Amino acid sequence: MSAATPAARRRRGRLDSSLIVGIALVVVIAIGAILVATVGRNFFSPGNIRDILTGMSVLGFVAIGQTLVVLCASLDLSVLYVISLSSLIAADLMAGNPANIPLALAASLGVAALIGLANGLIVTKLKVNGFIATLGTGLIIKGFLDSNYKGTSGDVPMEFRLIGATGLGPVPVSTILMLAVAELVWLFLGRTRTGHHIYAVGGNEQVARLSGIRTARPVIAAHVLCSMSAALAGLLLASRSGVGNPTFGAQGGYDLLSIAAVVLGGTLLLGGRGSVWGTIGGVAIFAVVDNVMSVMQVNPFLKDVVRGIVIVAAVAVYASRSVERRRPRFDAGGAPPAPAAASPAAVDPAATTEGAAR
Amino acid sequence: MSEPILVAEGLEKSFFGVQVLRGVGLTLHPGEVHGLIGENGAGKSTFMKILAGVYQRDGGTVRIAGAEVDFQHPVQAAEAGLATVFQEFNLLPERTVAENVFVGREPRRFGLVDRRRMVRQTEQLLAELGIDFIDADAPVRRLSVAEQQIVEIVKALSVDARVIQMDEPTAALADHEVELLYAIIARLKARGVAILYVSHRLKEIFDLCDTITVLKDGALVSTGPADELDTDELVRRMVGRPIETYFPEAEPGTELGEPRLVLRGAGNGYVDGIELELRAGEIVGVAGLQGSGRTELAEAVFGIAPFTRGTMELDGRAIRVTGARQAVREGLALVTEDRKAQGLALNQSVLDNALLVIRSVFSRRTAAVRRELPGVLSSLEVASRGVDQEVQYLSGGNQQKVVLAKWLATEPRVVLMDEPTRGIDVGAKVAVYRLMRRLTREGVAILMISSELPEVIGMSDRIIVMHDGRASAELPARSDEATILAAATGTLAAIDLEGGAA
Repeated sequence: MSAATPAARRRRGRLDSSLIVGIALVVVIAIGAILVATVGRNFFSPGNIRDILTGMSVLGFVAIGQTLVVLCASLDLSVLYVISLSSLIAADLMAGNPANIPLALAASLGVAALIGLANGLIVTKLKVNGFIATLGTGLIIKGFLDSNYKGTSGDVPMEFRLIGATGLGPVPVSTILMLAVAELVWLFLGRTRTGHHIYAVGGNEQVARLSGIRTARPVIAAHVLCSMSAALAGLLLASRSGVGNPTFGAQGGYDLLSIAAVVLGGTLLLGGRGSVWGTIGGVAIFAVVDNVMSVMQVNPFLKDVVRGIVIVAAVAVYASRSVERRRPRFDAGGAPPAPAAASPAAVDPAATTEGAAR
Repeated sequence: MSEPILVAEGLEKSFFGVQVLRGVGLTLHPGEVHGLIGENGAGKSTFMKILAGVYQRDGGTVRIAGAEVDFQHPVQAAEAGLATVFQEFNLLPERTVAENVFVGREPRRFGLVDRRRMVRQTEQLLAELGIDFIDADAPVRRLSVAEQQIVEIVKALSVDARVIQMDEPTAALADHEVELLYAIIARLKARGVAILYVSHRLKEIFDLCDTITVLKDGALVSTGPADELDTDELVRRMVGRPIETYFPEAEPGTELGEPRLVLRGAGNGYVDGIELELRAGEIVGVAGLQGSGRTELAEAVFGIAPFTRGTMELDGRAIRVTGARQAVREGLALVTEDRKAQGLALNQSVLDNALLVIRSVFSRRTAAVRRELPGVLSSLEVASRGVDQEVQYLSGGNQQKVVLAKWLATEPRVVLMDEPTRGIDVGAKVAVYRLMRRLTREGVAILMISSELPEVIGMSDRIIVMHDGRASAELPARSDEATILAAATGTLAAIDLEGGAA
């Protein structure tokens, strides 16, 4: 009994939100492939795969960072303007000269890091809710952009444009970079103390504090990394279009879309639970849905309707799974169910956190 | 005897001018299980929290292994070898067992968290306790309450604690799980760990403890070897206060009427086989340990987690209550256990809170109730700066009175009260008791759940004792504490009823 139990439980432990996202992604791909086939096109053609992956990379960068922030039970709405700002800083500094690329990258990532630091400090030291804090910093950046840029600006040299334009077979380089960043963040969350503390602070700040964690640091780190990954998204957009643009962020609606992707990926909006790969799954679902609709030439209004339905449906599914319920003591007939400690494997995975709730 | 590992002397603590500890001290030796016992409010938890560094003491000294210490934070205490298993668990449900054990102290290798070592050390600690059914890699939310308790103990051990405090460690455990805890404590003892064990369960205290310290009203009553005490003597030392001074008698003219609420074989996922007859003008007390199903009983009657078996009658009419709204319409009221989370909208005014139920269920009566409200509030002696004050700024007692005013406005026929005097001062308690007496004279039936035995004994016309989701006994008014405790712990045989405490 006790030999089999941990293994059984470990298996069920894996049957978690990331897996659900994976299954959902497969289902969405299957349905998408069938729908695309009905209009006589091949969903799995290299060209279409490339389109989907290209569609994933920008949102992917933003959502990876957003995952970190949401895990701390905060939010970042300023990513929208950080994306635009970093594209402008990079394109202006490059000014068509490949020798300027390192400086331009360092400058835009550095500025983004400072913005993230400001966000993190406002959230942790001034105790301003993340939603409001980043709305405020976002507006400040927007004001700067609106008053200093009338339109596109700068010139990205061909060497840097290649990042956005080339690929290995059907896989764009930008997607590979995005997945590499996801892997790094995954390692960061799983293998560094700061990563562990992000989960702890997001899960229960009080418990984290009583365990001796300095609770501000992980939150600040998450905000800094979030802004920097938004800057990477801005750099990628600059690379693709050859210029910086003050409306890159707003065009994509990346603030709310990245939060939606994070939630779609199974990360709890209240913090403490979730994973980067879930987020990547959420981003992929959005990309596939968008791709299928554009191949089928669905009108733009219906596109947004479908996106909206996907988000709401996904969260409804998670909500139904995570309702905090006390473990029943009696079954329908009134007989006590099998004693808990003797057969933990028999416990319904949905009936959860009695102890934690106490 | 060996050198003491912990000596506390003359600890003093006040909260907002109310002294809750008056010069309490005790001595712990390695390998000793020391029981700390007393009624609710005796100061046990405060004492533990001072030792743990959660609260700072106002006076007195604490020495660990001879060195005087003054902890500002539980982490400092843990580093000095004093770990605490609090009553409310400090675990992250979404993280694994190993991650919880090492949170804030994750072992590192080459700068990265060494997951393998973390898991291995957790497994080792579990194995030392003889636990082979907890997977160090499993998320804590999948564990049973008993298993979470063990994780807390492992967390304490992982800092190499020489003293472990346990606050009501069995409160949420079933019987067979308690035995597991016994086994763990025996092992800790054998390793020379000193354990400060707080519990209400007398049987556990006598089973486990070498030494017993009794607190009452924040002061030390006695401390000494366990085998010099028996249950009667212990209960006498714990209680030792005339109950009558506190609790008002039934008002003249109070009469027992027809049954208002009748349950026959009622049950759901949390309670089972409940038989209850609650008559007009009657107060029935519900005693039992935390987690015994008392709150669940009230929630079932109120339709929050409706009964799925058996029958329920209200004033002779069979009904099925399936939601709180219906319950209110049927004349039920529920004063919840957690006033701040479930009873009040803290940042709304006294007025808005008092009108909450009326506005949402009987909105046509809002204007009339609103006119009467100042009178109701003053009859309850609510001390506030006016009906516009936000309730979060009121004292606990006044908040509770606002909750009561909210329900009085609905003119209920049956009032379910879950810990109606928890965390309120004596004056407010007496006001609540008087109100209960007044309601019963008007023919209201009251079901009062309480952890405070004197309150149950002092107010109830009959006493139902819950144990493991079932009513284990129905006792007459003025039953003694030992009998109630025995029924609550399911150990009637363990206590000599013949010479039951007065």
